[in-house]
Amino acid sequence: MIKLFKVKEKQKELAENANGKPPVKKQSAGELRLHKDISELNLPKTCTIAFPNGKDDLMNFEVTIRPDEGYYLGGTFVFSFQISPIYPHEAPKVKCKTKVYHPNIDLEGNVCLNILREDWKPVLNINTIIYGLYHLFTEPNHEDPLNPDAAAVLRDNPKLFESNVRRAMAGGYVGQMFFPRCV
Amino acid sequence: MADSTAKSSRTRDLDKLLERRGPLVGANFLASSETISDIKEFLNVLVVGAGGLGCELLKDLALSGFQKLEVIDMDRIEVTNLNRQFLFRLEDVGKPKAEVAAKRVMERINGVEIRHHFCRIEDKPLEFYEKFNIIVLGLDSIEARSYINAVACGFLEYDSDDNPIEETMKAMVDGGTEGFKGHARVILPGLTPCFECTIWLFPPQVKFPLCTLAETPRTAAHCIEYAHLIKWDEVHSGKSFDPDNLDHMQWVYTEAAKRAELFGIQGVTYSLTQGVVKNIIPAIASTNAIISAACSLETLKIATGCSKLLSNYLTYNGVEGLHTKVTEFVRDKDCLVCGPGVLIELDASVTLKKFIDILKDHPKLFLTGVSITYRGKNLYMRAPPVLEEMTRPNLDIQLFELMDRTPKDIIHVTGAAGKGEKKQSCLRKLRVVFKGLDGVTDLDMAGGA
Repeated sequence: MIKLFKVKEKQKELAENANGKPPVKKQSAGELRLHKDISELNLPKTCTIAFPNGKDDLMNFEVTIRPDEGYYLGGTFVFSFQISPIYPHEAPKVKCKTKVYHPNIDLEGNVCLNILREDWKPVLNINTIIYGLYHLFTEPNHEDPLNPDAAAVLRDNPKLFESNVRRAMAGGYVGQMFFPRCV
Repeated sequence: MADSTAKSSRTRDLDKLLERRGPLVGANFLASSETISDIKEFLNVLVVGAGGLGCELLKDLALSGFQKLEVIDMDRIEVTNLNRQFLFRLEDVGKPKAEVAAKRVMERINGVEIRHHFCRIEDKPLEFYEKFNIIVLGLDSIEARSYINAVACGFLEYDSDDNPIEETMKAMVDGGTEGFKGHARVILPGLTPCFECTIWLFPPQVKFPLCTLAETPRTAAHCIEYAHLIKWDEVHSGKSFDPDNLDHMQWVYTEAAKRAELFGIQGVTYSLTQGVVKNIIPAIASTNAIISAACSLETLKIATGCSKLLSNYLTYNGVEGLHTKVTEFVRDKDCLVCGPGVLIELDASVTLKKFIDILKDHPKLFLTGVSITYRGKNLYMRAPPVLEEMTRPNLDIQLFELMDRTPKDIIHVTGAAGKGEKKQSCLRKLRVVFKGLDGVTDLDMAGGA
């Protein structure tokens, strides 16, 4: 409960000291938790992280994955991460910036990874997501398709899928769709 | 004389309550006819939000004797608000909610002065919030609550024994409604759990897997989310979706309806589209009235001490029968937002590198592998390598300089705390105070630590 006589004093003091302090920035709880996630990152050799807005904006960053095995060996794939002020209550927004022929990534860069949506939990972290993304390249999965054509080819004809991936990564057409070079 | 009789008659019951002691009054209660005039003269109350709850709150508070109110809201009045946001009329559609709400309450209730602010809560400088003694929240989002909570708790100071200093405490009363359900809670930063201490109370948002939306939609909501999350980007390359743009919403509705037809799914309507995309649950006027009444009463109790406070979280559920429950949640003593943090006194000459060494040996921390952040500036990051390299030059600079020569302030550190096998990764708040600075006299530090 408020002590009214103290309130009186405080309001008088405030009136006297108006315009005393420089404006300061408020750091959200989400930013602090993200600071912890980032400072504890333990990335595999195949993944690197970059901060396009400099060292003081951790809320927007890019992760580059260069798979060292599987269909996507040799390719370079860039993901953008956008973190909300109420992270980790809400999952990061992740998009694939590299156009890729992949059953679980559509041509707009949407990614079907369970922990980014329905299975996100606040105990998960940025490291978990990056490992999850890496996993998509070593083991693409035809059961959760976002690119149904690619998923069908992977399921029915893995050899053809492999050559389609190669062609797309080298810069070329798969069917009607052109993919820029990413190797 | 006739005038003063008329005035006293309006708050007659309140006057009686505040002029006499009772068995349930708080420790600070002063039975006095001055209490009500002090509230009118000195107490500043901020109402955040002028929507369903905000309209009720302004009316209730003004009728409870609060005369100096301010209200902040970024929205304009829409036709769909009019059924429950009773301060607004058809001719007000398109005007700022805060402005109209303030005007209507002042017209109806003599002597009340309400300043309005038509802007985002983040647009106001932190000092704007300093003059308020009590902040009453009528909001509909976690983000906004979390922001106001961080601002209010940011004013809280602790003495050298880690006890909160009362004059720096900004009480919050938070109301929320969702259809037939609602909550009211009292937050006394430093004494009762803050919003961040109990953020886990909020259920996670329902998010459908993208591949379900893309491949196997089964419900009307799936069709709407497909149009909203996938189809929009396909068609409007680069242009982001704005939920407040009517054309955008209409486009999503039309696309969702097409998809529903394709898959033989019933139930896609324009209002459901709005509901799913903006996460809207139909608002019930009576729920707002009940929650607002509870919040206003708690505000009066905080201001006057005339009775015990709600301790500290009321839930109301009118879906089947009527259930209410009060739960006493507990503080997270290590809360980054409202907790005291670990007090550390330093010489102004200490470099960042030396500071990191001090944390390693500090008996309350034993912190290794440290990264440090100060008001959004990352002073040192031990990982990833790209950030380590960028922040390494700071190691040889004095912490006092890195903190813009601020004599005392909060910084946050992450690292592994504890000794030997018990090491645990953690994020800690530190209250850094520089010793031996000329001209610095701090009352709360006078006792020393």
